[in-house]
Amino acid sequence: MSLSEPGGRAKPEAVYYYGTCLMDLFFPEAGMAGIRLLRREGLRVVFPRGQTCCAQPAFNCGYHEEARAVARAQIALFPRPYPIVVPSGSCAAMMKHHYPALFEGDPFQEQAEAFASRVFELTQFLADVLEVELSDHGESVRVAWHPSCHSLREMGIAEEPKSLLAQLVNVERVPLIRERECCGFGGTFSVREPEISAAMVEDKATDVVSTGASLLLSGDGGCLLNIGGRLAARGDRVRPTHVAEFLWERTK
Amino acid sequence: MSAPGAPGAFRTAAAKALKDPELRANFRRAMDGLMTKRAAMFADPAEWRDLRALGATIRQRAIANLPELLERLEEKCTGNGVQVRWAETTEEANAVVLEILRRHGATRVVKGKSMVSEEMHLNDFLEKHGIESLESDLGEYIIQLDGETPSHIIMPAIHKNRQQIARLFGRKIREARYTEDVDELTRIARRVLRRKFFEAEAGISGVNFAVAETGTLCLVENEGNGRMSTHVPPVHIALMGIEKVVERLEDVPPLYSLLTRSATGQAITTYFNMITGPRGPGEKDGPREVHLVILDNGRSRIFSDRELSATLRCIRCGACMNHCPVYTRVGGHAYDAVYPGPIGKILTPQTEGLGRRHDLAHASSLCGACGEVCPVGIPIAELLVRLRREAVRGDRSSAVLGAGEARSRLESLAWAAWAAAHRSPSLYRLMGLAATRLSRLLPARLPVLSRWTSVRETPRPARRTLHELVEREGVDNA
Repeated sequence: MSLSEPGGRAKPEAVYYYGTCLMDLFFPEAGMAGIRLLRREGLRVVFPRGQTCCAQPAFNCGYHEEARAVARAQIALFPRPYPIVVPSGSCAAMMKHHYPALFEGDPFQEQAEAFASRVFELTQFLADVLEVELSDHGESVRVAWHPSCHSLREMGIAEEPKSLLAQLVNVERVPLIRERECCGFGGTFSVREPEISAAMVEDKATDVVSTGASLLLSGDGGCLLNIGGRLAARGDRVRPTHVAEFLWERTK
Repeated sequence: MSAPGAPGAFRTAAAKALKDPELRANFRRAMDGLMTKRAAMFADPAEWRDLRALGATIRQRAIANLPELLERLEEKCTGNGVQVRWAETTEEANAVVLEILRRHGATRVVKGKSMVSEEMHLNDFLEKHGIESLESDLGEYIIQLDGETPSHIIMPAIHKNRQQIARLFGRKIREARYTEDVDELTRIARRVLRRKFFEAEAGISGVNFAVAETGTLCLVENEGNGRMSTHVPPVHIALMGIEKVVERLEDVPPLYSLLTRSATGQAITTYFNMITGPRGPGEKDGPREVHLVILDNGRSRIFSDRELSATLRCIRCGACMNHCPVYTRVGGHAYDAVYPGPIGKILTPQTEGLGRRHDLAHASSLCGACGEVCPVGIPIAELLVRLRREAVRGDRSSAVLGAGEARSRLESLAWAAWAAAHRSPSLYRLMGLAATRLSRLLPARLPVLSRWTSVRETPRPARRTLHELVEREGVDNA
């Protein structure tokens, strides 16, 4: 079996898919699109049914006992040495970077680290490991791309999603003025500090609208709910779309 | 309205700041400029990576050997003729300063910029004891005139625009005629300060780096007021926190470079002072006496925690504030703390206690922009999460001040229920079912999400969960 080493180029035969709780509930079609993109490359995709949430909400709020309990349950569902592909930079970062710290000194540490080393964000996996080639069947469209903070800064993913979008010949990507600035979601931050979060998402929505794009693309459901929710409330017609769904719909 | 420092006080103050368009414009404009300048200074990513790694190592090493380095610093300074005094609290530090000033009969003091003196609320303290303490850094001078505290650690008056400063000068400085010309405003302040430098019986300054190897006190500045404050008056009192020490003289150039490029986007500042002692025999200038006051004020408690001690690496460049999406929108005063912005969010709860200030640890979306630009690699977002955890700790095993004081039964129960639901696949599926099937029956505005939906459309669950779709499409389960 040719398993991919992180950074290596060998294609695996099978991958695990971690759907995330937000995709499960709010973006299931985008979640399916990610699976289809992987299957099209000839991979067997395994979606362990008992998966729930990466535990980031509890972790970020300081409830680490609770986070450990949930994280342990997730890790147990992914026993084979397949890469774990996640259609969210934020959840991927939680599993890749914070699981090892969460289980530091715990008997479960080694298992958590082995799990973490197999985690990939979807666009990263498509671009770097599978080196997918995409042919665009869609109509001309102008899009804006919003990178999530955790994807950008914790996963170090900046060019991968853009390189995938650049393969689509009928897609014009207009950069946001403050591309790297947080949209103000931050999980519980948006509820604990609603005024600041509202000011942040307002600026992001204005930035998005000023590009003249008809679609706002991102790789994270949290950002899409946040920015999309604000755009809709403002009456702006920019449609928030997960990048997996966009890539699949245009290339299927 | 919440009391200052009370939980929720930040939220109230931030909400008020957000409604002030002039304040928001002042910060946005200034922070945009600072970010652009900094980015130009670190245009080469490899050079930035290497220099930052070096800076982080130097500071990490200094903090790891803090007690030993401080001892060596004291020994070297004393050998250089500098009188070293230690203060555990800001009260003690104020008393030391007052005692020195009284011994010299000083009633007029000029000050260079010092954040430690802000911790001490030194100006107010001296004023109560009949001593005029005048800020000589232009930004500090401006806010002192207006009875304010700094809103930024490098640019204390950054919350004000030119017109606001012009009106302030017109109101407060007798010899000033109204002008909005920046150069003319600077000249007005300069004329006042010039006279004060020569009248002052003592000068007070901060310290950017204190070199243990040589006993050298380094002072970074742009206006020459630091040099005037430390060289013209006959007595110089330098104030530093215990974390300011570095091991060797050769540690200074990389830190200095990181500091100026990160802070103001300058390759080098106009002035860099290295103070090694009082005026020597036969020398024509310099103070007759140099004192160094080394303040703890909660820092040794931070030092005792392996992870949190990274807080002490900070070289006070302010880049974390300049890049913080929260700070740039609410400004520095909303934090009601000496150190605002991301560094303040990890420092203040540790020095003032989690019970009072845990809200600061939550005043972040954990976007990580601060840690990304920190020139000494402080993992600020990770430390914020650590402090959130300490704040709700149920046991007594933590050394962090106020640990567990923010724990509430309701919140702990909610998270316990959350964990129970998410570690049980069947319970989770049941919730998914309820959300997808029942949510359309709910009103458009949910009370529990009222803060979210006041500016956003209510998020609606899909009709089928991803779990259902994969089942239907026959995606492998194992």
